[in-house]
Amino acid sequence: MTEPATRTPRLYAKPRLDAPTANEGTALVDDAKIQVRGLNFFYDEHQALTDNTLDIARGKVTAFIGPSGCGKSTHIRAYNRMYELYQGQRAEGEILLDGVNIVGPGVSALDLRHRIGMIFQKPTPFPMSVFDNVAYGLRLRSNLPRTELADRVEEALKGGALWEQVKDSLHQQGTALSGGQQQRLCIARAIAVEPEVILMDEPCSALDPIATGKIEELIEGFKGRFTIVIVTHNMQQAARVSDYTAFFYMGKLVEFGDTESIFTMPKEGQTEAYITGRFG
Amino acid sequence: MVTPSLLAGRRARNRLVIGLSVMAAGLGLVMLVWILGDVALRGLSAINWDFFTKLPAPPGEEGGGLANAIVGTLILTAVAALVAIPFGVMAGTYLAEFGNSRLGTAVRFVSDLLVSAPSIVVGMFVYLILVAPTGNFSGWAGATALAIIMVPVVTRTTEEMLRLIPSEMREAALALGAPYWKMVASVLYRAAATGMMTGIMLAVARVSGETAPLLFTTLNSPYWMEGMNEPVANLTVTLFNYAMSPYDDWQTMAWGAAFLITASILIMTITSRLLLMKRTKS
Repeated sequence: MTEPATRTPRLYAKPRLDAPTANEGTALVDDAKIQVRGLNFFYDEHQALTDNTLDIARGKVTAFIGPSGCGKSTHIRAYNRMYELYQGQRAEGEILLDGVNIVGPGVSALDLRHRIGMIFQKPTPFPMSVFDNVAYGLRLRSNLPRTELADRVEEALKGGALWEQVKDSLHQQGTALSGGQQQRLCIARAIAVEPEVILMDEPCSALDPIATGKIEELIEGFKGRFTIVIVTHNMQQAARVSDYTAFFYMGKLVEFGDTESIFTMPKEGQTEAYITGRFG
Repeated sequence: MVTPSLLAGRRARNRLVIGLSVMAAGLGLVMLVWILGDVALRGLSAINWDFFTKLPAPPGEEGGGLANAIVGTLILTAVAALVAIPFGVMAGTYLAEFGNSRLGTAVRFVSDLLVSAPSIVVGMFVYLILVAPTGNFSGWAGATALAIIMVPVVTRTTEEMLRLIPSEMREAALALGAPYWKMVASVLYRAAATGMMTGIMLAVARVSGETAPLLFTTLNSPYWMEGMNEPVANLTVTLFNYAMSPYDDWQTMAWGAAFLITASILIMTITSRLLLMKRTKS
């Protein structure tokens, strides 16, 4: 890795499975866009996340890995407060976005979601034209003049590497595109509003290897421009695209570090067992 | 151990049951074709230009039509639909999006009861609250009764169609910072449009054939419509009266009305089915 020294994570203490602490220093980086402090998450009585503390580095890609049900998705869904949609789901602790706690009252979820975009496992094109799909987020916030709106849509579609395929058919239904194109449409839709953070919840698990490769290229190109958190079940993908990797197990953050160290010399036995395919 | 005789017995019983099923299905089909055929055969002879343009003629007199009743039925159905559709769509939206509460369960239960309530009960109810106090049959009362019948149908189809939309679609719109109402209006209604249209058309088809609720509320009239505060001529009650009459030409008119009602309901139902098929295919 050829990163500036200031961007490497400082691992102050190893989190332990039996007694993870909320104390600072579990998994911090120098230039953090998001600082998660003692995050607990509940589905009614069931506790899904226990005391998660970590940093998400600004302008970098952070991958969340771990077996199904370990809390990776639950964790990122706290960042844009998507859980608030559902009764009985609640988060405790702090999530600081540029130093401001976004959990709980005081911060508008609508504003927050404008700053933090999300890509889902299944592509979710809206039942409208390609153009309207990409313009959806833009129209929510501002009344852009026609030409400027068209420019922003074009720019976003170029950013999503979809412009060449759809530039002559912007008015076809978004749902008529192929799976990989639909996911790139969703990415274009998300970046059109220029979010600061993009959350990706297994964005490639419904796609074939070629479509997956294109998405990974996009992610690579987004580095520096957006802060990206990607949940993935694919070890190779995490290794390929991410700068930092966090390994979750049973709702706890087991290990966090720069991706190269996690994959070459994991400190925890469980991390090693998981990435080498011995469980999970 | 399956002996050959046991096997033969099973085969015989199998054939018997299949035979009975086919007969039952055939009987249903025969009845349907018989009714439709009879209505078409006798009704078509009453259908001509006058039927759509002229007022009813007195018994024994040649010609005449049911123009007033056709217009009346169209207006009553349209007014009922204008009230019932927004009401039903909003109630259905509530049930689908926020209806996992005790109130939601209650509303759903009441809707289901109303869907299966005999329409004559709705007619009686509207008679008691709108006709009896004013002592006057009126178009408003009829439209109200029809709207009451439509609302639960629209409510339940809207709810079902919205529930078919995966939650990711909602989350995707909300994740872009859309307020809930905007997400519902701009994404969910669009995604569910065909299904909701189908429900609305089925509801319209259902009320356009209702007689009992109108008998108690709007009654009928041999004249052009004079306003929603007066009795309004309509096809179903006219059909009922004419079919009961001893006059041959009125009975022919009744067949014509029966054909017109049946044909329009058939067309509405088939159209909505086709729409739904197109939706499920895509």
